[in-house]
Amino acid sequence: MAQYEKILLKNMEQPGYTGSLADYERADGYQALRHVLKEMQPDQVIEEVKTSGLRGRGGAGFPAGVKWGFIPKDHPGPKYLCCNADESEPGTFKDRQLMERDPHQMLEGMVITCFAIGAQTAYIYIRGEFRLGTKILEQAVQEARTAGYIGENILGSGLTVNIYVHPGAGAYICGEETALLESLEGKRGMPRFKPPFPATHGLYQMPTVVNNVETLANIPHIINRGGAWFASIGSQPKSCGTRIFCLSGHVKRPGNYEVPLGIPFRELIYDLGGGMRSDKPLKAFIPGGASAPFLTPDHLDVKMDFESVAMAGSMLGSGGVTVMEEGTSMVWAALRLMEFFYHESCGKCTPCREGSSWLLQTLQRIWGKQGRPEDIGILEELCGNIAGRTICAFGEAEVAPIQSTLRHWRDEYETLIREAQATRPRKKDIPVFTH
Amino acid sequence: MLLSKFQTEVEEILSHYPVKRSALLPLLNLAQREDGFVSESAMRDIAKVLDLTPPQVFETVTFYTMFNLKPIGKFHLQVCKSLMCALVGSDDVVRWIKTKLGIAPGHTTQDNNFTLSVVECLGSCGTGPMMQVNDDFYEQLTEEKLGRIFDDLARDGTCPLKTGPFMYPLPLAK
Repeated sequence: MAQYEKILLKNMEQPGYTGSLADYERADGYQALRHVLKEMQPDQVIEEVKTSGLRGRGGAGFPAGVKWGFIPKDHPGPKYLCCNADESEPGTFKDRQLMERDPHQMLEGMVITCFAIGAQTAYIYIRGEFRLGTKILEQAVQEARTAGYIGENILGSGLTVNIYVHPGAGAYICGEETALLESLEGKRGMPRFKPPFPATHGLYQMPTVVNNVETLANIPHIINRGGAWFASIGSQPKSCGTRIFCLSGHVKRPGNYEVPLGIPFRELIYDLGGGMRSDKPLKAFIPGGASAPFLTPDHLDVKMDFESVAMAGSMLGSGGVTVMEEGTSMVWAALRLMEFFYHESCGKCTPCREGSSWLLQTLQRIWGKQGRPEDIGILEELCGNIAGRTICAFGEAEVAPIQSTLRHWRDEYETLIREAQATRPRKKDIPVFTH
Repeated sequence: MLLSKFQTEVEEILSHYPVKRSALLPLLNLAQREDGFVSESAMRDIAKVLDLTPPQVFETVTFYTMFNLKPIGKFHLQVCKSLMCALVGSDDVVRWIKTKLGIAPGHTTQDNNFTLSVVECLGSCGTGPMMQVNDDFYEQLTEEKLGRIFDDLARDGTCPLKTGPFMYPLPLAK
């Protein structure tokens, strides 16, 4: 099995590493910050990150350096950095590990980012359920403040950066960057219409950068070893660096695996993950969290980089790879994900709010052996009327499981409907999802 | 009154933000941690502190699933039922809980110890099936583990089977 150098998980995999400030400093922690404050200008930091080719690790994959470059330099008022730690995409659990096991790595990345964009205040928006992560981060911020890495006049450089941990309260949509900003302002977490983009009108209508935990954790390494080094890893030119993939479902060894972007799915699922849990063959997998369309065993040799997965008709998204064995009903899988999306639709846009309920009811009808011949057409029409007609990408996300399972496993839907037609117990109670 | 009891915490929270309303979720969290749910009087208190109207607080509370508007049992069992956990047996967990404690989702045991909810993804997909009990995560659940967790919780108020700080898979010993 090929061995790859780990960047983000390296420290925490050392025996005895606790993630404390002392441990992090022993592993050369905060050296990048020292270097930046002594030797670099903000523009040079942004250039270095642009050179690295680092793309956002949250889901959309937007180049981080470019995002930072959009922040107006001459803005008179405050600017903000928000760390998106609202990890709630089903299938994704990497940020939780980065925060709980090596919190200073991302804090150092945050201070450097604040220096680069000229922000004095940063918020970590962590999902409310991560109580342990919240405690660990609050403690780490306190440690770093006492040691002079956070606060006023950092390391005698005159730089001021304050970091605050802000727990959410259980809403998937707050992982969308403008919904996150609304929530941080103490409102219902509903996405904002774009433009204007957060880079000019973000938190409190001030210039704001929102970056994912994993994105920020990469920053100290890019400073320490250079953007060109980072760009040499992975799948050039557009998918640079390593990525933590979260493997779940019917595999022998699920978990977080950090590998260079661009290895094939087969290697992750079979070499690292040990293959299927039982001896049943693989039937389907989701390549990038619940919002990514399903792929089939034919796609096992697709490279795990942004472009290759897009070419295969899906997306790399948040890096959550979920594997399903033969015997799993794809209608059931789509239904389970639809229950999630129905529950989490924020209700702002009509197509998504109403459509998610219709999609759910239609899927429940088909799975409950009450399906009608016209139901597949209803699903397709609804999907077509949601995707692309909403303010945020949730619309595309919620139809992805249905459209992709219809594309690859349409016969499963048809069989269930045929069976329902054969028995036709149409007036009986249809199970209704409640929560 | 809740807020006078926690004056230092409230002032600390308010100092984090240039706009008062931003403190709303943290203050609601504080209220829920104290009472187990967000009461109407707590919402009125918080509205006063943040210069909001009570409806502005209420409309925000109802958006977020973590806030309970009614009192619940001492231990809130939240079982993840999203696809990734369902693939590895979250429906079994709900069934086992029903056998062991006699409660279905949305219900509380008669001794007011346990309330069961089924919830969407809690970010623990590689170590499912899982549940959150108050602040703690319990992962890779089995029927035996569940029995021990409930016994420990009822007796000691805590259980050593809780997991974290999270890392999975653990590195192989060299």
